Amino acid sequence: MEILSNLALGFSVAFSPTTLMLAIIGCFLGTIIGALPGLGPSNGVAILIPITFTLGLDATSALVLMTSVYYGAMYGGRISSILLNIPGDEPALMTTLDGYPMAKAGKAGDALVLSGVASFAGAFLATIGLILLAPMLARVAYLFGPAEYFALYLLAFCTLGGMASNNQAKSAIAACIGLGIAMIGVDNSSGMPRLTYGNLHLIDGIDFLVASVGLFAIAEVFFFIESQGKETSIGVKLEKVTIPWKDIIATKWTMLRCSVIGFVAGVLPGAGASLGSFMAYMMEKSFAGEKSGFGTGVPKGVAAPEAGNNAAAGGALVPMLTLGVPGSGTTAVLLALLMTLNITPGPTLFTDRPEVVWGLIASLLIANFVLLLMNVPMVKIFVRVLQVPAWVLLPGVTMISFVGIYSLSGSYFDLLLMVAFGALGYFLRKLDVPTVPVIMGILLGGHMEDALRRAMVLSDGDAMYLFSTPIAIGLWVAAILGFIAPMFLRGILKKPQAVTD
Amino acid sequence: MAKSDRIFGLVVLVVALAYIASATQIESSFLSDPVGPRTFPIGIGLVAAVSAVFMIVRPDEDPNWPPLRIFGVLAIAALVLIVYALMLKPLGFLLPTAISAAILSYQLSDRPGPAALAGIGLSIGLFLIFKYALGLGLVAFPKGLF
Repeated sequence: MEILSNLALGFSVAFSPTTLMLAIIGCFLGTIIGALPGLGPSNGVAILIPITFTLGLDATSALVLMTSVYYGAMYGGRISSILLNIPGDEPALMTTLDGYPMAKAGKAGDALVLSGVASFAGAFLATIGLILLAPMLARVAYLFGPAEYFALYLLAFCTLGGMASNNQAKSAIAACIGLGIAMIGVDNSSGMPRLTYGNLHLIDGIDFLVASVGLFAIAEVFFFIESQGKETSIGVKLEKVTIPWKDIIATKWTMLRCSVIGFVAGVLPGAGASLGSFMAYMMEKSFAGEKSGFGTGVPKGVAAPEAGNNAAAGGALVPMLTLGVPGSGTTAVLLALLMTLNITPGPTLFTDRPEVVWGLIASLLIANFVLLLMNVPMVKIFVRVLQVPAWVLLPGVTMISFVGIYSLSGSYFDLLLMVAFGALGYFLRKLDVPTVPVIMGILLGGHMEDALRRAMVLSDGDAMYLFSTPIAIGLWVAAILGFIAPMFLRGILKKPQAVTD
Repeated sequence: MAKSDRIFGLVVLVVALAYIASATQIESSFLSDPVGPRTFPIGIGLVAAVSAVFMIVRPDEDPNWPPLRIFGVLAIAALVLIVYALMLKPLGFLLPTAISAAILSYQLSDRPGPAALAGIGLSIGLFLIFKYALGLGLVAFPKGLF
């Protein structure tokens, strides 16, 4: 019954007029960001966070706004996947496989409504899962000492590297770039500057937000310029939108199964939404068998990845809130938001600041219903957004990124760094080096080192302390398996390629 | 021939070794712990160096690099952003934003007229939103002009 009283507390926060309004604004902005081709949850949230800071919102409001944007962008991502065959973000890639063929067959409206309902099912069930699982995990997290945390951070990097990339060496390099950058600045333990090469701008270290806006948003701008905005013409006409009850009823078990598997994938630290939608799609495809026509525009193929990736988005909040380890690139950015607002995620968050956690959870429940309304009856409004030409959109995104970072620190140095990170992001992505581990490395590097050093202080320098508890050993084993196993599974689990015209 | 990955691996290797070299120079203070401020950065450098060697030995296929002309366009875009970053403070928001947005827009559309309109429109529109709707402290014009 503790859950009910917690939820009551949460709803008392969430139903205050400001919070409710922020949730609705967040859902609206998020859906637009998701719907725009090339923009997804991670760069959307990254661009908006600096602006949120300068607005001076309190912790709960800022968190509600940004997680609504996050959920909204996950919903909206399907719109450009289905209509343009351009996934806004990697998790939305799976939706293009059946969504675009379905739209080309003249059933764009059906595909949009069905995927909207599937998104709702996934996100709603995942929020319920979050309510049930997070407090339990928070209790387990009390048993975590520095040794366990060190192993947990390692697990996050290993699973991320194993799942997100096609090449382990490249994801390891990506994580090292991030961790290496995190070391720059004043050392927490000794108070001495490290690796600053005498540059005063580097004494405070490199701001995580500067790096994430550069790697996510500015790099995207370079990609658009490279393709010369060719990819933005609207591919499919949307006629009347009706609710395809038959398809929705026929896919109800698909949605349920995919929500569960997506949620589990989301909870794994480092794995995230891409894995959720991938696993959900592949599972349904193998259940349905060869003759089911997956990949040619079947309703199940649209419902499965959408339920999966939205459930994973909710699931990724579990490790972020209870352990302070993000499950995806976007939750990494949200985690940075929490830390900057002076909230330490982890088990103590649930006891010390229950109004933040439960207010957030209640807002997410409300946001889901708002998003269902926006994405089913009002979907046509968001489809209009796709008609904004790239030559207005991209300069706009760039200028918003600049203003956001500039208003954060007022320093030209940060702006230059942001451009440098944009160029770095462009080359890394060209070379198929994932950028999410870089982001996670910058964010978690300091914490990872602190955990290691505190563990060694406790054990007086005995390295075996890192493997001294069953939890720590379990995490190490999982980390090693998570890194190595995909090398052998890669032959079996081949990622399907996007549909080409 | 997969050259890109080898070159990138080599760059990473050199940077990683330089990083390790600088990490050994980090000064300790009187507040010392068993690990010290040098171990973790050196460890990162080692992992990066080993991974870089892997990349050199077993490179992936080359990505589709754009033609040289597009690289030129990208270099101009990067230059515009750098100049914009430097000019934002001394020249105020409106002028640098309009010019940079127009250049970027022209690079995407190849039509000067609409690009100029997009630049001016974005500059004024964003200024109004940021200044009055969101309340950010932006300066419109260079100091001392008005």
